[in-house]
Amino acid sequence: MLDACGVSGVEDLFADIPADLRAGELALEKGKSEFELMREMEKLAANCPTPGISFTGGGFYDHFIPSAVDALSQMGGFLTAYTPYQSECSQGTLQALYEYQTSICRLTGMAAANASVYDGGTALAEGTMMAARKTGRGKIVIDGCLNPLYRDIVKTYFSSGDFEIVEIAPLNCALDREKFKAELAGGAAAAVLQNPNFFGTVDDYSDVVKAAHSAGALAVGSFYPVAAALLKSPADTGFDIATGEGQSLGIRLSFGGPYLGYMAATSGLARNLPGRIAGATNDEKGRRGFVLTLQAREQHIRRERASSNICSNQNLCALRALIYLSLVGKKGLREVASLSRDKSEYAKERLGAIGGVTIKNNAPTFNEFVFDTAVPGTALLDAMAERGIAAGVALGAFYEGCEKSVLISFTEKSRKEDIDLFAEKLEEFLRKKR
Amino acid sequence: MDIFYTKDHEWVKVEGRSGVMGISAYAVKQLGDITYVELPEAGKEITKGVVVCTVESVKAASDIYAPVAAKITEVNSALESAPEKMNASPEEEGWIAKLEISDPDASKGLMTAAQYDEFVKSLG
Repeated sequence: MLDACGVSGVEDLFADIPADLRAGELALEKGKSEFELMREMEKLAANCPTPGISFTGGGFYDHFIPSAVDALSQMGGFLTAYTPYQSECSQGTLQALYEYQTSICRLTGMAAANASVYDGGTALAEGTMMAARKTGRGKIVIDGCLNPLYRDIVKTYFSSGDFEIVEIAPLNCALDREKFKAELAGGAAAAVLQNPNFFGTVDDYSDVVKAAHSAGALAVGSFYPVAAALLKSPADTGFDIATGEGQSLGIRLSFGGPYLGYMAATSGLARNLPGRIAGATNDEKGRRGFVLTLQAREQHIRRERASSNICSNQNLCALRALIYLSLVGKKGLREVASLSRDKSEYAKERLGAIGGVTIKNNAPTFNEFVFDTAVPGTALLDAMAERGIAAGVALGAFYEGCEKSVLISFTEKSRKEDIDLFAEKLEEFLRKKR
Repeated sequence: MDIFYTKDHEWVKVEGRSGVMGISAYAVKQLGDITYVELPEAGKEITKGVVVCTVESVKAASDIYAPVAAKITEVNSALESAPEKMNASPEEEGWIAKLEISDPDASKGLMTAAQYDEFVKSLG
């Protein structure tokens, strides 16, 4: 086969990947049996620090996953990471995708959803691309309160081609409305927002969306799906394109992925959606069936004029999200959301009462918020990790002047006694530092 | 009103400075059932040869090119809900856009109906 490919060794097949990005030699002894290898890996895994209590969020959250999600998503007929083209032998998977899309539409209030993309950041970047294509404009106005990872992905997507990205710096952990609106007025393609934003602040962007529309721009948003159960929906806020990270819907944190990017849009934009879309139809005998539809948008048909180069979805993760949403239901998701918010409010009260702790958000928050102390955020997190608590995300790496800020998050799994314990440890630590 | 054709199978009917454009019966036959027409926007200026809009059929998504330089004055919004009009009546009811033609000699370099028939025959 190497001869047929015209290369002399396996190594040559990886020539396109820069050497510094390759994994290199594994630090394992050669010639071990499978059993020995397993034992070695288990020993390594046992070394990983697993803090007993975690308040780490920042876009990815430790929500409870009912056992049925694992049991159902691992059924042989479902267990595929790939999109099924052959509808005659993929009805179950296609129906699941169709129902997943329906659940995303219900959650966001939007008219059409695709079968998912890789993650929340990709979804937002693809959504922003939709706006650029639809408007034929190149100016993208993004809120600096977007998840910094998402901002990087959007910037990477728009780094080639005739685009201009204008980022508006946060104002008190929230959108700087006046500056943002002023930028939109200059012929923007898209207003890119997130709710709740990276700092946990909840906002009603109706006025900003209106400003975007009167400037001829589209409004693109990223929405935490659990929060969406409680907040004014993206559709009611007037957004044209709603995207988000679906990890919270029954998908494990797993050290960074695989995750799930969901995308939905108004009916007029359905054909501008990228990626796979499952549709319902009738077969020649009039029986209901499911297919991949509107494929003329995609690159295998439309080549370089396709709506996107994205050509796969997160089938298994989308399936898990569907199973999760079906299990918890509308009421259950609201309960998850309410509990997460209530725990966060309790923690905000507890931490806010500690001398030397300042809560940075001025506006309402959902399940996370930012607090400052006199200690650098990274040092505070290290100290708390020593006490078995992962206390959040240090913001210094993402925002200049935020070296003493920590973003902390809560879910329905955060126990009151754990929050109390953290508050005590934090108070003790800060007292000693003084 | 005179009708002219391009090698990409668009037609344009010209009367003075006003025109109408669409795609030929031959093109429609090649495409098969048309399922969606992504219409251009009225008011848009187009130069000869640029992509004006896209027509999706059961077989392909095809770009439609401007036969002449013009300003689009009106689009056939009936195609939004009834793209099949293009199959049924490609050179009448299935028109795509009405144009205000920029160049009075715009038809130069385009084929007459008789020339186009010959051209299509040569395609086999």
